[in-house]
Amino acid sequence: MTALLTIIVLIFITVAIWQMVKIFDLAHANNEDTQIANDKDNRINGYLMMVFLAFIYIITIVCFVKWGDLPLMYNAASEHGVKVDNLMVISMVLIFFVQTVTQFLLHYFAFKYKGEKGRKALFYADNDKLEFIWTIIPTITLAGLIIYGLFTWNEIMNVSEDDDPIVIELYAQQFNWKARYAGEDNTLGMANVRLIDIDRANILGVDESDPNAQDDIITTEVHLPVGKLVLFKMRSQDVLHSAYMPHFRAQMNCVPGMITQFGFTPIMTTAEMRQTPEMIEKVANINRIRVENSKSLIEKGEEPLEPYEFDYLLLCNKICGKSHYNMQMKIIVETQEEYDAWIKEQKLFKNSLVQN
Amino acid sequence: MSAHADTHAHDDHGHHHKETFVTKYIFSQDHKMIAKQYLITGTIMGVIGVIMSLMIRMQIAWPEEPNVIFEALLGKWAPDGVMDADIYLALVTIHGTIMVFFVLTAGLSGTFSNLLIPLQIGARDMASGFLNMVSYWLFFLSSVIMIISLFVEAGPAAAGWTIYPPLSALPLAQSGSGMGMTLWLVSMAIFIASSLLGSLNYIVTIINLRTKGMSMTRLPLTIWTFLVTAIIGVVSFPVLLAAALLLIMDRSFGTSFFLSDIFIQGEVLHYQGGSPVLFEHLFWFLGHPEVYIVILPAMGIVSEVIATNSRKPIFGYRAMVAAILAIAFLSTIVWGHHMFVSGMNPFLGSVFTFTTLLIAIPSAIKAFNWITTIWKGNLQFNPAMLFSIGLVSTFISGGLTGIILGDSALDINVHDTYFVVAHFHLVMGISALYGMFAGIYHWYPKMFKRMLNKNLGYIHFWITAICAYGVFFPMHFIGMAGLPRRYYTNSNFPLFDDLSDVNVIITLFALIGGVAQLVFLWNFFYSIFYGKKTVQNPWRSNTLEWTAPIKHIHGNWEGEIPHVHRWAYDYSKPGHDEDFVPQNVPLKEGEEELQH
Repeated sequence: MTALLTIIVLIFITVAIWQMVKIFDLAHANNEDTQIANDKDNRINGYLMMVFLAFIYIITIVCFVKWGDLPLMYNAASEHGVKVDNLMVISMVLIFFVQTVTQFLLHYFAFKYKGEKGRKALFYADNDKLEFIWTIIPTITLAGLIIYGLFTWNEIMNVSEDDDPIVIELYAQQFNWKARYAGEDNTLGMANVRLIDIDRANILGVDESDPNAQDDIITTEVHLPVGKLVLFKMRSQDVLHSAYMPHFRAQMNCVPGMITQFGFTPIMTTAEMRQTPEMIEKVANINRIRVENSKSLIEKGEEPLEPYEFDYLLLCNKICGKSHYNMQMKIIVETQEEYDAWIKEQKLFKNSLVQN
Repeated sequence: MSAHADTHAHDDHGHHHKETFVTKYIFSQDHKMIAKQYLITGTIMGVIGVIMSLMIRMQIAWPEEPNVIFEALLGKWAPDGVMDADIYLALVTIHGTIMVFFVLTAGLSGTFSNLLIPLQIGARDMASGFLNMVSYWLFFLSSVIMIISLFVEAGPAAAGWTIYPPLSALPLAQSGSGMGMTLWLVSMAIFIASSLLGSLNYIVTIINLRTKGMSMTRLPLTIWTFLVTAIIGVVSFPVLLAAALLLIMDRSFGTSFFLSDIFIQGEVLHYQGGSPVLFEHLFWFLGHPEVYIVILPAMGIVSEVIATNSRKPIFGYRAMVAAILAIAFLSTIVWGHHMFVSGMNPFLGSVFTFTTLLIAIPSAIKAFNWITTIWKGNLQFNPAMLFSIGLVSTFISGGLTGIILGDSALDINVHDTYFVVAHFHLVMGISALYGMFAGIYHWYPKMFKRMLNKNLGYIHFWITAICAYGVFFPMHFIGMAGLPRRYYTNSNFPLFDDLSDVNVIITLFALIGGVAQLVFLWNFFYSIFYGKKTVQNPWRSNTLEWTAPIKHIHGNWEGEIPHVHRWAYDYSKPGHDEDFVPQNVPLKEGEEELQH
């Protein structure tokens, strides 16, 4: 139905454009028709430049008013995320300032200096001073941004085992995620896809003979204690994937044949995040949309959509095949006690194997 | 070589060789005809690429719904009109490939380099007409193979235009990585050969065949950009060819350049020791310069069009040339910014952040110089001028967000989201397309001896301009909300439910913008036959191509090639009656030439 409507709308638009062309052509029928812009064209298009400038500003404002709460620039759930958001806000303010000014100059000049027969343009080919100014200003601004950015980047990436993190492996395969906790010894056992033994339920290819591997724990959900540094070690068994955790401002590719890593400290539990006013509003809005969308499903006799409750997510963000669009894992940030209780319930690797 | 070309040309219009239909229109060695061949082929590929993008957009906006357009165009890939997930990725892949390489590289650079290099530097033809012909036919062949790949049983290549292995290497990982990917690689290998032959020819021609007086500092900026683009192409395209060949080896001959430790569909593959990250490096060593291969000729065209239609010299010619050279140099040392989260050493990330943000400086110089060129001009709003101003606008809007993506710390969270899609479509897709349109509207009279209808041009521009922002401006917001690109549907993530209305709006703008291109196509093809006949120099321009006769002849000029006495931008120069002084007009007594 939507498709049909779309087609009808497109046909109407085509007809409308066709009619506009006709009108334009008729209006010009008596004029010289050299197809070169004359004063009238210059005037019309000059004014349209100002209209277009207004359009750019309006679409900017509309986007901010309507969708300004969508961008992940606040409410970061990780320690470094707050710094990333700061840098993002600074960059954004800068960008919008430059955008507003330069678009104004461009379109206003286009309007102001629209051509008139007989007027002569200013012969003005060079001005070293001016050019120096607009070389040096971006240079200084960018130098500032680069330095700020690099400090932040180094801080984010500079997580290692020496900082006593909880070590967790994120294991990617078409099209799901697994997590492997390092256990009591906080050291992951050796692993290689060549050791995968489906019959014995050794699905991650963990080395059964490695003493460090015995207390590893394989799960299908990530639980993290709040306020503790975690270091994720990423592995993939088949193609490239990317572990993307937008709320934590974290992302790293999972590369077959190689171990990559990304570390961060979660600062807000799932429960706390659900209680922030922004999140309450967002979830309420999403649920309104879901109720709306459910109506047509109910009409068709199908199950309505389930209400949405916020959870942190791990998404795949590198094209990985047919079901790339549905490769996700839940992340739960909780208090230390909840975390300890949860991890105690999980099966150790050595006990998870099928003996034959 | 130049002398030879001269005598040959003289022979030509002394007593015309009888040209057959085949040598004139098909296997032509005349640069003007080859330019038109590039343009028509590029346009056809462009239509295919745009239709694909519209299907992608419709799928994103209305994911679960049957669509008669899908049913009609995709056949078995859209049972009952519902698009298949594999073909969605294939559409994304082929759309990217076609638009970047076939339309904006071959279609843009191929068309205008061929048309303008000999005409603007005052040469009879390219240094090697034969190589030029071979270059076009290789491009044609690669286009045909790319089209054929759409019809193979298991589907076309679907691993993204970046074809990262292992996804692109293993048919087990994705059905499109079988025959479809083989054809993709073959097509690209041929394309690269075509591009290299073309580029070498452009470089040799520009360096050797300039007419008397055409010093490098008197070259129009178009020629500067074509020269630098060709050099970047020669430097970086072979690296992609190497990557493609190594990938073919991995796929077909069992080597392990890019593959290691893979377990898929219940079996361990034999590959060991390779690294997909190596492929990423090789790919982006071309891939990043490629975006400048796309945008630089557009910038050259726009510089020329803005100066001509502002009736003013381009502001800061030397700075513009320096900026082109700086961009070209920097473009080869920034590829790593596509790989901040690829798993490469974070220190490399720092280096690439530094070099990447440096590119903003020459880019800013270009934007400011264009704006200053317009200032106090006498602007003639021909359609080409509108598209040129459009390019400056989208280049600024799109370029600014590059400051965020180039900053490794910020890239972490927007990497591979729709923010990236919005960024590169504005700064290089739409901008280069505007440059191409500007070029077509401006040099159409030179190519087809007739004028395009200006009113259709105005309608084309304004609808396109509004739709381009309507599509890509809101897209930044869904990207910053964390929506990954290349998702077949977002309905598995209730988290993204509140983005669906934005996606519908974007799609509506895209559809209207797509339909607006029909206005252009109609104008383009209709005017070839029925457009108003042109005068020799319709835009009152200074460059040499307008001193050549309207009728296309072998060797471009009857009699002697004009000599050059000044730069290309003596518009509204005091002391002259007209507001333009073509390059072949000698200096008046006592007139000073601007020194550059």
